[in-house]
Amino acid sequence: MSDIRPIVMPKWGLAMIEGTVVEWQVEEGAEVAAGQDIMEIETSKITNVFESPVEGPLRKIVVAAGETVPVGALLAVCAPASVGDDEVEAYVKDFLDNFDWDAAAGGGGPAPETIEVGSKRMRFLKQGDGGGTPVILIHGFGGDCLGWLFNQEALAEGRTTYALDLPGHGGSDKDVGAGKLGVMVQAVLAFMDDRGIAKAHLVGHSMGGAIALALAAEHAERVASATLLAPAGLGREINMTFINGFIEQKRSRKLRPILELLVADPGTITNDMVEEVIKFKRLDGAVEALTKLRDGLFPGGEQEGFPADLLAGLSVPVQAIWGEEDQILPAAHAAVLPDSVKVSKLPATGHLPHMERASEVNAAILAFLA
Amino acid sequence: MPMKSFRQAINEALRQEMERDQRVVIMGEDIAGGLGAPGEDDAWGGPLGVTKGLMPQFGRNRVLDTPITESAFIGCAAGAAATGLRPVAELMFVDFMGVCFDQIFNQAAKFRYMFGGRAVTPMVVRTMYGAGFRAASQHSQCLYPVFTHIPGLKVAIPSNAYEAKGLLAQSIRDDDPVIFFEHKVMYDDEVDVPDEPYTIPFGEANVTREGDDVTIIAFGRMVNFANQAADSLAASGISCTVVDPRTTSPLDKETILETASETGRVVVIDEAHPRCNMATDVSALICENCFGDLKAPIKQVTGPHAPVPFSPALEDLYVPGVPKIEAAVREIMGKGH
Amino acid sequence: MQLSRDQLRAAYQRMCLIRNFEDSLHEEFSAGNIPGFVHLYAGEEASGVGVCMHLDDRDAIASTHRGHGHCIAKGCDPRAMMLEIFGKKDGLCGGKGGSMHIADLSKGMMGANGIVGGGPPLVCGAALTAKTLKTGGVAIAFVGDGASNQGTTFESYNLAKVWNLPAVFVVEDNRYAESTASAWSVGGNQVDRAKGFGMPAQEVDGHDFFAVWEAARQAIERARAGEGPSLLHVKLNRYYGHFEGDAITYKGEGEIEQVKTEKDALMLFKQRVTETKLLDSEELTVIEEEAKAAIADCLASAKAGALPTEADLMTDVYVDYKF
Ligand SMILES: Cc1ncc(C[n+]2csc(CCOP(=O)(O)OP(=O)(O)O)c2C)c(N)n1
Repeated sequence: MSDIRPIVMPKWGLAMIEGTVVEWQVEEGAEVAAGQDIMEIETSKITNVFESPVEGPLRKIVVAAGETVPVGALLAVCAPASVGDDEVEAYVKDFLDNFDWDAAAGGGGPAPETIEVGSKRMRFLKQGDGGGTPVILIHGFGGDCLGWLFNQEALAEGRTTYALDLPGHGGSDKDVGAGKLGVMVQAVLAFMDDRGIAKAHLVGHSMGGAIALALAAEHAERVASATLLAPAGLGREINMTFINGFIEQKRSRKLRPILELLVADPGTITNDMVEEVIKFKRLDGAVEALTKLRDGLFPGGEQEGFPADLLAGLSVPVQAIWGEEDQILPAAHAAVLPDSVKVSKLPATGHLPHMERASEVNAAILAFLA
Repeated sequence: MPMKSFRQAINEALRQEMERDQRVVIMGEDIAGGLGAPGEDDAWGGPLGVTKGLMPQFGRNRVLDTPITESAFIGCAAGAAATGLRPVAELMFVDFMGVCFDQIFNQAAKFRYMFGGRAVTPMVVRTMYGAGFRAASQHSQCLYPVFTHIPGLKVAIPSNAYEAKGLLAQSIRDDDPVIFFEHKVMYDDEVDVPDEPYTIPFGEANVTREGDDVTIIAFGRMVNFANQAADSLAASGISCTVVDPRTTSPLDKETILETASETGRVVVIDEAHPRCNMATDVSALICENCFGDLKAPIKQVTGPHAPVPFSPALEDLYVPGVPKIEAAVREIMGKGH
Repeated sequence: MQLSRDQLRAAYQRMCLIRNFEDSLHEEFSAGNIPGFVHLYAGEEASGVGVCMHLDDRDAIASTHRGHGHCIAKGCDPRAMMLEIFGKKDGLCGGKGGSMHIADLSKGMMGANGIVGGGPPLVCGAALTAKTLKTGGVAIAFVGDGASNQGTTFESYNLAKVWNLPAVFVVEDNRYAESTASAWSVGGNQVDRAKGFGMPAQEVDGHDFFAVWEAARQAIERARAGEGPSLLHVKLNRYYGHFEGDAITYKGEGEIEQVKTEKDALMLFKQRVTETKLLDSEELTVIEEEAKAAIADCLASAKAGALPTEADLMTDVYVDYKF
């Protein structure tokens, strides 16, 4: 029995309670490798490829394309040829008989917390409870702590992770001061002070990448390492069609093409994702905050960019990961990074490598933390 | 996002708007309750507990229990609005509009126009509507078409708790009189609702499903039925767009016409009686503007031309439900070219 | 004026029917057997019966949302009422009205009313009919303390006065409108209000059948004699919540129990008629038992009754026009 390895419906983000198998990309009997794309799964929030967590011959597909099942439900089993068909059948029957469908459909799991940091409301999602240096995940312009749905759980194994809502974003206070990067940098430091975090591994995406980079350069003593995902601040160019559209478009039909700029495959963007952004922008002060940040960070439609000496003086380990088809911040910006920074460029990937290529990005981060 | 009931969403919007603006006051019968009585204060918080807890926080000067005198206190809200407050008056059931309608449609609705644009009347009338509560003919009506008919009034009909919070905040911040409709059987229905204050703009429909075959336009509680019908029809290969106009005045004509043209087949769902209701209004709008795009006659699913009966056996037949909506969609799928 | 023994028996019988009717509805509602809004009249029996003892089928009453007692007092059939409250086809209104719209115009019962303050103008109409057709009838509006604050009520006082209508306004002040005390909600007082409109008025202890009966006699005789409207301010208490399901947290501790032990209308009636030896306690017990059995029987019929069907949904919207 122990050779039989289940493949179950993953949990992508807090809100996910069920998923639909859109299509199987492998057939029964095929040999699958761990990390291989084996199917496409659709949740109410996002559609994404699912990479096999196990390896071996795919002996049985339990959930056919088109079916919807709760998180944790058995999708398929892998087992070596030495395991008999009857054993596989028995395993599947046993799993199905013992699976708690009601509990699975109920959801549960961690929920974001809201605290006061220096009289400002700050929301974050904590996952994992390990010792050692914690990981802080910093989202980009318009994002929030829930955007790490494919990453945080993987990173939280044996480690404490915090995903933040930056000022002006998610459930945090909408006051962004003058809308400069420094306000964000100070907010992350204040959060670390409040939580008693002396030092952390930082993972920052886009604007969050610039924040992580600034922290690594100016507060090296607080930073164990920094992983920059499609970071801002490394060149002047930024797609202002995206930034302006993100701020201005209030209706899903108009906002959708803007959000599609984020990814290499537009099919990734679901209705719910668009709805979530619209709902965020309706919060009191949200659009004002985004507008201030746009004017503060990209005056005249260009990024200010970090000075070269700041990059040259980096003393903590830094890596950068970029999608080759990034339409927001071109991957070519990586050229200004010093040689000490490891740069990975992912093919057929847009501005959201941590979503579009989750397991590769997770593996790269985990390797960097080790 | 935390799950909240329709009741909680309304309560939270009122609380946050009262915190935000000192001029916001609320008034109505037993909205706190217990006045002059020897027992508990805030004994009711409205007949269904929607305003519970607001009086202890804001005091009797901003949470005003009224005698049973709708004409006087609804008119009082209009007068206060025209002179500097932002009152939210609770007309317990919309059926009681009969007792106070003059103050709404001859007074509040017309101030701005009659006074040559030199007045604003930022008042909200919150009111319960709809059948399904076994509350019989005088406590079950869907009278929003009547208010929609009146120039000068805005009319909001939220379809769930998220919509309710954002639309109520917008109603309170709006400078025109708004009639805000709450379906009485939905108060316990929960969806994700942010803790923070937010507004949903008026006149912007919400497209809750996008499909290719049929466009379903529905109001208030019926939006949820339309969504359910669309989901179950999807399983048999019929894909529906569902449009929730959110406000009947202003009405998002653009989205209605665009989605109607896209599919060419339209079903309009309205719990109100069939004559001169939102279904007839929307159908006329579509016929007048995009008749050429229609592949089949528009189908209306509404309550019947009869008062709402008491007996559950009859009331259940009265309310347009999911099966009726599905049947209507299937019917027009089989028609036309 | 004196009540005959038969009248006393009839009065007690109606009060017992009302009490049993309401008590059994309270139970049935708690058991989840009755849908919708149900407002009970228990505790207020002496008012409805004390007034209606003077009325016959020429006369009309308009009731309130708390209408069961007025119905029974005016002679409606409790079985048909019970069927109505259960939403059954053979109910007094075919199941279409329910508790809040129960009516029987053949008995001069113009309906319970879902609209607070809906009744007084209707009563002006019934009084106008009686006056115009010279039927000798009078019309009575039962008005709650809460309803006494509605514009429709004041307008009706004035109309009845200036048209000199044969009407009586009976303000049943049970101390609360929903959770709000009449001590707070009523500006001035009911008697002075009536006097302001030029109507004779008096305050009456609504727990005391005999006091209500006598005050009503004077007002109704005046109306029948063409001397115009008057008002009674009847002070009493309700035993149950505003509607069934109300937690009644606004009342004082022990408030209801005290009224029940000291001022219960049935208890006071019984004391009075036995002390004065008008009726003996055995015959009163028989009346009580009979009332109990009668209501139990109504309840059984109501539970067994057939439901209306789809064919009934669209009938009776108009007399002669099918939509
Ligand atoms: C016009 C109108 N306003 C409000 C209501 C809601 N309502 C029903 S009963 C009631 C209280 C009535 O109090 P009262 O007249 O004193 O009669 P009671 O219930 O005490 O018998 C209220 C406010 C209504 N039915 N109609």
